[in-house]
Amino acid sequence: MKSFENIDVKSVKEAVGLLQRFHNEKKSAAVVGGGSELLQLMKDRVATPDYLINLKTIPGLSYIKEERSAFRIGALTTLTEIEEHKGVQEKLLFLSQAAGEAASPQIRNAGTIGGNICQRPFCWYFRSANFTCLRKGGEICYAVAGDNRYHAIFGGGPSYIVHPSDMAPPLVAVGAQLKIAGPAGEKVIPLEKFFVLPQVNHTRENILGPGEIVTEIQVPHPKAGTKGFYHKVRERLAWDHAIVSVSTVLQTQGGAVREGRVVLGGVAPTPWRVPKAEQFLRGKKVDENTAQKAGEIALEGARPMKDNIYKVALAKSLIQRALLASV
Amino acid sequence: MKKKIQLTLNGKKTILEAPAHRLLLDLLRDEIGLTGTKEGCGTGDCGACTVFLNGKPVNSCLILSGELDGAELVTIEGLKIGPELHPIQKAFIQDGGAQCGYCTPGMLMMAKALLDENPNPTEEEIRFALSGNLCRCTGYAKIIQAVQDAAKEIRQAARR
Ligand SMILES: Cc1cc2nc3c(=O)[nH]c(=O)nc-3n(C[C@H](O)[C@H](O)[C@H](O)COP(=O)(O)OP(=O)(O)OC[C@H]3O[C@@H](n4cnc5c(N)ncnc54)[C@H](O)[C@@H]3O)c2cc1C
Ligand code: SF4
Ligand code: FES
Ligand code: FES
Repeated sequence: MKSFENIDVKSVKEAVGLLQRFHNEKKSAAVVGGGSELLQLMKDRVATPDYLINLKTIPGLSYIKEERSAFRIGALTTLTEIEEHKGVQEKLLFLSQAAGEAASPQIRNAGTIGGNICQRPFCWYFRSANFTCLRKGGEICYAVAGDNRYHAIFGGGPSYIVHPSDMAPPLVAVGAQLKIAGPAGEKVIPLEKFFVLPQVNHTRENILGPGEIVTEIQVPHPKAGTKGFYHKVRERLAWDHAIVSVSTVLQTQGGAVREGRVVLGGVAPTPWRVPKAEQFLRGKKVDENTAQKAGEIALEGARPMKDNIYKVALAKSLIQRALLASV
Repeated sequence: MKKKIQLTLNGKKTILEAPAHRLLLDLLRDEIGLTGTKEGCGTGDCGACTVFLNGKPVNSCLILSGELDGAELVTIEGLKIGPELHPIQKAFIQDGGAQCGYCTPGMLMMAKALLDENPNPTEEEIRFALSGNLCRCTGYAKIIQAVQDAAKEIRQAARR
């Protein structure tokens, strides 16, 4: 690991101020939560910050508050805390399950929700210091001609990563909002608008600007008659990132879908909503037929690469399964 | 820059000076001399480096020492009860749950975390609890057997 200076900050304001200062002085700095993702990148010398701003020393940034219409989850809350929270289990079981399926028990105990949403890609070319790919400021995306079995089938180009977070798809499906602190103060945006496609910016996965950090995730309580489901497929039974995951949140009334969201993980550089399938489902009863049709509609327009055609069929059948489990 | 760190290490109040950027695993092995905790991968994949930080098992290869101030830390050296081996350690010996032994400290710590919460786990629950720990020798069957036997022993001891 390249040497760096660790700075224990005491407040969000201090963290933002330091980030902005280092940015202006053209020094490289990164914030760290649990460190489970960033330290791996630093050990592999893919990330080489001169300053590490430790958010863990900020008091009061780890909490789950159940309010009348939403949960407010502090950015430093660990995945284990979300998995085990009684209120979350009761109202948002699929979110608790998604937290419980991420990484390994040890990483869930250290890893924070803020870090989970902001984690960098696990593309093997990106993770190796031997490849200076597009995302690291190089000239080419090695996944295009290389081994792309785990890469994107939607939204790719010029980089073809898939977003690795297990929490982002269910949070987008339930309509979560994100609170961001920065030099200009605080703002709250829909989580869906947080992620960016490579055609917008192929060196970043989200819109965070210089000096900005995530401070809170706000998760609305689902409306009456709503059911959600999270399903993740990975290559090994034990910890691994999703090859494909699907999150469904459906509100039904009298047997028919009123509204709902279907969000795929592991298929695109961002959590991938499939609005056409969502529209198709509106007003319909979910059964074998409609669930299958929704899966087919969802995968229309997929552009698989040479090694990941299997993801199309996999995603279709996962959507079907998740929809049937959501009513 | 060194930082003064006060912590409880295996039950004893301890004061250390360490750079905040030193990894917990390196601090334990190279500076404190507690070499029971192993480094397999250094990147969160294998679980050999598992320790309890504030009661929860974590990978010490991915934790910065700066986080330790005020913390309670238990390493594999803290598992024994006095001079006696812990029942989980005894079961691993009896059942052949260790071969080269490299993964064993991490396996023991995860088994302890599991049995503290769930004294009578199913095989599936054991596999799930150990899912962040890799073993390249045993094929896992004997590790699972050892955890089951340890669980039984601990339950019986509680009744005695
Ligand atoms: C072996 C292994 C397996 C994994 N498997 C999975 C998996 O299956 N599913 C999954 O979802 N994840 C997985 N992860 C990724 C990840 O480590 C965890 O999901 C974890 O939640 C990350 O949180 P952290 O606090 O440790 O992040 P950190 O390592 O502290 O940070 C991650 C990134 O986010 C940034 N960051 C952290 N907090 C903030 C903030 N508040 N505001 C802005 N930026 C911030 C950091 O600068 C860094 O770039 C895995 C990691 C490893 C090492
Ligand atoms: S997919 Fe993205 S991260 Fe992977 S090699 Fe291509 S540009 Fe780099
Ligand atoms: S050495 Fe820490 S997980 Fe492998
Ligand atoms: S006994 Fe050798 S790695 Fe498990």
